[in-house]
Amino acid sequence: MAIEFVVNGKDVAFEGDPEMPLLWYLRDHAQTLGVKYGCGVGACGACTVHVDGGAVRSCSMPVSAAAGRKVTTIEGLAHGNTLHALQRAWIEEDVPQCGYCQAGQIMAAADLLARKPDPSDEEIAALTNLCRCGTYPRIRKAIRRAAGLRKQDEVKA
Amino acid sequence: MNARIREDWESADTFAALMKTGESVRLGRRGFLKACAGAGGGLLLGAWLPAATWADAPAAGAEPGAMLGVFVRIGRDGKIVIGARSPEIGQGVKTSLPMLIAEELDANWDDVSVEQLPLGLVFGGPPPGVAWKWGPQGAGGSTNIPDAWQELRQAGARVRRMLLEAAAKRWNVPVQQLRTAKGRVLDAEGRALGYGELADAAAAIPVPTVDVELKKPEAFHIIGTPRRVVDAEDIVTGKARYGIDTMAPGTLVAVIARCPLFEGGVKRFDAKAALAIPGVRQVLSLPGPKGDEPITQNLVAGVAVLADDTWAALKGRKALQIEWESGGHDAESTQSLDAQCQRLLAGKGQVVRNDGDVDALRKASDRIIEATYRVPYVAHAPLEPPGAYVEIGKDSMRIVASMQMPGGASRTANAITGIDRSKIEVIMPRVGGGFGRRLSNDFVAEAVLLAKASGKPVKLIWTREDDLAHDFFRPFGQQHLSSTLGADGMPTSWRQHLASASKYHRRPDVKPEELWTAELYPDDFPAGIIKNLRVEWSAVKSGMTRGSWRAPAHTANAFAVESFIDEIAHAGQQDPLDLRLRLLDHETMDYGQHGGPKFSPRRLREVARLAAEKIGWQRKLPQGHGLGIASHFTFGGYTAHAMEVSVGSDGIPVIHRCVCAVDVGQPVNPLGIEAQMMGGTIDGLSTAMNLEIRIDGGRIMTGNFPDYPLLRSARAPDVEVHIVASRETPCGAGEMGIPTAAPAFTNALFAATGVRIRRLPIGDQLADAMRKRTQVQS
Repeated sequence: MAIEFVVNGKDVAFEGDPEMPLLWYLRDHAQTLGVKYGCGVGACGACTVHVDGGAVRSCSMPVSAAAGRKVTTIEGLAHGNTLHALQRAWIEEDVPQCGYCQAGQIMAAADLLARKPDPSDEEIAALTNLCRCGTYPRIRKAIRRAAGLRKQDEVKA
Repeated sequence: MNARIREDWESADTFAALMKTGESVRLGRRGFLKACAGAGGGLLLGAWLPAATWADAPAAGAEPGAMLGVFVRIGRDGKIVIGARSPEIGQGVKTSLPMLIAEELDANWDDVSVEQLPLGLVFGGPPPGVAWKWGPQGAGGSTNIPDAWQELRQAGARVRRMLLEAAAKRWNVPVQQLRTAKGRVLDAEGRALGYGELADAAAAIPVPTVDVELKKPEAFHIIGTPRRVVDAEDIVTGKARYGIDTMAPGTLVAVIARCPLFEGGVKRFDAKAALAIPGVRQVLSLPGPKGDEPITQNLVAGVAVLADDTWAALKGRKALQIEWESGGHDAESTQSLDAQCQRLLAGKGQVVRNDGDVDALRKASDRIIEATYRVPYVAHAPLEPPGAYVEIGKDSMRIVASMQMPGGASRTANAITGIDRSKIEVIMPRVGGGFGRRLSNDFVAEAVLLAKASGKPVKLIWTREDDLAHDFFRPFGQQHLSSTLGADGMPTSWRQHLASASKYHRRPDVKPEELWTAELYPDDFPAGIIKNLRVEWSAVKSGMTRGSWRAPAHTANAFAVESFIDEIAHAGQQDPLDLRLRLLDHETMDYGQHGGPKFSPRRLREVARLAAEKIGWQRKLPQGHGLGIASHFTFGGYTAHAMEVSVGSDGIPVIHRCVCAVDVGQPVNPLGIEAQMMGGTIDGLSTAMNLEIRIDGGRIMTGNFPDYPLLRSARAPDVEVHIVASRETPCGAGEMGIPTAAPAFTNALFAATGVRIRRLPIGDQLADAMRKRTQVQS
């Protein structure tokens, strides 16, 4: 029986090993390569995606658990050509160094902002995604900036 | 670049091997540019990227444009594409190197986009018959900016000259009457032509083969201005491609079970269960170097599973039955290494520098202080683990991988297959962190061996466990420092004895008596300043594979030296800042190691003073807070850290402020330098706080990130970076932020608590000390 779910708005069906981590499905089969492998044990967060809107470390979730659900990867975060406020803030604060962890960082931060539109410094710093380059100070600034950008967007809307 | 520098940042690749094949044979600056001009014949149209990724396939909708020189393509719409030659490992060179070209081209940076170049080697020509097409392509030793400073500015200036000449012809005026301004050529009467309007005509003008005049720094509008990472939008939208993202139809994904025992091998294995897993296609034995043979290809023997996708390969590997062969290091453990260091430090070492008469002073002195410092083995742990994609055709090969040394990859691939290097295409995607791990091409060698043996394109994946167990680790070591103090509290002699497992390990070309050169830089502070000084080295025997780790020996030595300076200050009842300022008030001296030829103690003094000023060194601190400072010269750059910390009764340190002052000469991209200093600081703190690769039974006990707890955001401080405005020739910035972070932190911990940290990682030492203190008090 195929496992059916949605990736970035598209219906997909997978007939392979249901135990395959969602990460490897997304990378090897759906080819959403913005999802990164970092540790395979849920410790680093490079593979963070949204499942039904909430952040999930896709290396630690079997693809079968995605059945009937909506998966969003970094490729699906922007609305068409309009970048998510976090993506804009990331560019403006010049966050990336090697950049490898940043998709996961942004997906984790997007989940935070969805839950807490105006997060405290402690809540921002409590994100546990690893950055080996040490971009944390700029990540924190970018999340604060994005929270501000979203408020502006709301005012405009 | 002299031999020593190159050798310093090469890891498994040896300098001798490089010399043979030529990439490290630097043509002089003129020679390099001439080689560029000559490589494609005439105008070099399309000569700088494989056609499929460059001239034949410009970005959708873009003007194809004209090649001017080998780095610059200008479209008729005035859009400029600049080639980036070196691997982008997060150090920012894909932004900063094109900035050098764009500045002297006098381009408008907003019109510039950047494309990554592949490995470019020019074959034929005078011996050794191989030369760099675009100049050196590698990432190590923070050498990209100093290497490119003249070369790439000249490359840009020469293209600007071609555009000026094209305009002079168009207007029929002397070229001397023309000038440029951000993408346009102007004449005295106010006429203007955009670079796009001139591109085709300029492309018909020969590239100048002699140096043209460069801008005065006052005229810079790109160099020295903050510029964001050129790939930022691709990164935040998931479009940026790394080595691990390489996919092609028909490729087999490979994972390898490598022998976990140091210098061990595969005794026997059974592949039946692995081959029964759906999707597993092949199981291959992968021989490795025997015992302590030099590592020139793959690191260690193993068994590879090749499958249709990553998950099948991982499942297949799990199903393998393998019996490993011991490499004879079964008794090696972290404890045994510490004990070995203690034994070695009790004796005499190889004397590598001996100034004045240390022994006479020691005999005569009644004030001798001494201390022993320890640094552990640590792993590079780039967030993108090693791996490679290799496709072997008939007498040709394509390698796509995250690398620091693409030339070494080509050489290794040639050594394994015999395929001519001119037929080996090496593509450099973005690299998910380097830190020195990818100076070695062992993972490329593995993929080549597997592609050759399987007859299929191979995408090799390393898991995090593979990465932490099979690295070229930062050497383990302990060093004993001892100093006599004068009546004024100033050190009158200095003795330093390091026992370490040299990073020059299992190399074909390093003599035992030269192993120390990777571990101690004998011209480092305080050499030449304290006139009676002896430095000794002893070799620790260990089966661990070792190599270069960001700012190699500086991380260990700055921790020891800068901690000990602090101890001297406290012993002599001097302010630790004042002692440094007094010691560093000294004339510029020769510096014979990488980062030389000169070392200016006064530039180091100035960053120490600046860091102290910014943190408010003299101010009254809140109860329980302490300030610490450290300064160090790393590969041509001068860095100081000052930190304010306190420690809770639970032993958890809090960094209230963290200041970093840095002098890297003329700043090229201040935004990038700030990023490197922030990152280097956090790397240094992360490593000092918690990181150690532990050993038992001749194998590594550290499994995955839970055993190797890199700092997370909650404990990573904000870093206030102050960049010295300088017109000195620039050095790099990738490694300068690390060495002083740990000693500034531990010196601050001492100031706050009286607890002196001499062993890294800090781990539970603070908590233990605080607990003891509480027990004593109660």
